[in-house]
Amino acid sequence: MAMMPVNRMVDETPVTATGLDPESAWWLRVLAETGPPREAALARLHELLVRVARAEAARRGPRVRIAGPELDDLACQAAADALMAVTGKLGQFRGESRFTTWACKFAIFEVSAKIGRHFWRHPAVLLDAEDWDRLPDRFGFEPAREAEWRDLLAALRRAVDDELTARQREVFVAIVLNGVPLDALVLELGSNRNAIYKVLFDARRKLRSVLVANGYLRDDSSRNS
Amino acid sequence: MNDCPALDDFLRTDPRDVGCAQAMEMLHVYAELVAAGAPAEQQYPGIAAHLRACGPCGEDFAGLLAAVRGEAD
Repeated sequence: MAMMPVNRMVDETPVTATGLDPESAWWLRVLAETGPPREAALARLHELLVRVARAEAARRGPRVRIAGPELDDLACQAAADALMAVTGKLGQFRGESRFTTWACKFAIFEVSAKIGRHFWRHPAVLLDAEDWDRLPDRFGFEPAREAEWRDLLAALRRAVDDELTARQREVFVAIVLNGVPLDALVLELGSNRNAIYKVLFDARRKLRSVLVANGYLRDDSSRNS
Repeated sequence: MNDCPALDDFLRTDPRDVGCAQAMEMLHVYAELVAAGAPAEQQYPGIAAHLRACGPCGEDFAGLLAAVRGEAD
């Protein structure tokens, strides 16, 4: 994955590692060995990752409509892939957290990625469709007040058509109009989460700027400071 | 002028937002700070801004925080 923040001027990654806690040091030491101690540690780590992946899959399952053996299979695959990632990246662990927290992160990421893949098994939307009718509901526009938001929606649509680049428009339409999960779109476009988020970030900023300039939204940039 | 807070919030971007790659890189550190009650948002404002705006990273953070807090047990 490309390591490019949305804002290149911001870098909050610590440069130096802190000292390892005893348990994390044990994990690193034993996983670097060979033989039965390493095998036992791998089994213990796998057990942890399965537990975390199952909990995460269960947490997300209802929203993505996956359940039963399919959900458990997804969790077990995520744990297995996370174990591979952890053992392959041991040298990247900098001791800024407990080793197990760092390892669990990979289980969470793998569950995310697998749920994104699952979306395209039963896609409910077409990428080339544009469902503008879902916007009022998504953004809480009340039908009784349509006279107030009709012009705003029309202005937003004009800005999407006229101001966005083709890539920005493609991503905006898929995620905002058609409800495609960002992780699923990443797979469809052969991209990565950071790149697609950046495209949408730029599209959001551009659209808001146009709507503010034309008097549809308030210029209240102080809210973020 | 319209009063559409949900649309306004969605379109509003935070210049401190570090993006997905850096947030994912530091998610384990941020989750432990939050779990410990430390001022993670003050220490990593760019990651906090990102997690507020990015649904997928926010979901990952929620899952990792649950794991750190032992809710996975």
